[in-house]
Amino acid sequence: MEAIIQIRCSLFARYAELAGCDSITVDVPEGATVEAAVAAVRERMPNGEQLPDRPMVAVNLEHAMPGTKLRQGDELALLPPLAGG
Amino acid sequence: MTFLGRDPIDIADLAARVSDPGHGGTAIFVGTVRRSPDDGPVVAIDYSGYEEMAESELVQILGQTQERWPGARVALQHRLGRIVVGEASVAVAVSTPHRAQAFEACRYVVEELKKRVPIWKKELMEDGQTRWSDDGDREEAAK
Repeated sequence: MEAIIQIRCSLFARYAELAGCDSITVDVPEGATVEAAVAAVRERMPNGEQLPDRPMVAVNLEHAMPGTKLRQGDELALLPPLAGG
Repeated sequence: MTFLGRDPIDIADLAARVSDPGHGGTAIFVGTVRRSPDDGPVVAIDYSGYEEMAESELVQILGQTQERWPGARVALQHRLGRIVVGEASVAVAVSTPHRAQAFEACRYVVEELKKRVPIWKKELMEDGQTRWSDDGDREEAAK
């Protein structure tokens, strides 16, 4: 049986505004991909349907791909289109 | 190291931080909040970031810059919070023995920052409206 892990997903800028909060915590199976966790966040987050299909993501402060696998304690973040400078 | 701050950027201080008696070229890039016909009547921009990640990405970018241009000295400051038109949001200073590398390395830092560093801007208009900026000029500006 797969262990369930809790992933806290930070939201920034327009995504935080969309959700009305700066993080969403979701339960996913151990080893779930970033893509699966993002789908869970989309379900759970207010106005989640307005997120792009494949938002830019970071795991543990590094840019990450949809296929990256998650473990307990990983910090997920959804990044709106970057606009630094 | 802290690359992010809320106070106005001191460009002279940034230049002083890369000064080196063996370096004959210092390139300084300063990005300022602007008003342009395409953007509408922007009066200020609120900058926010995923600060921990932004600092970490900037450490990596500076490390990669020093790998590509060994010996280069690099200093960078990005401001967050509300910045009015005409004020600097970012400044990068690079010094190297000769000018060509200083220009190249300085540009590299700015382009990498735009590609990788999680910072966002919300434009404030004259009429009080706000708008998240997608930086539509990103590709244009890179040309």
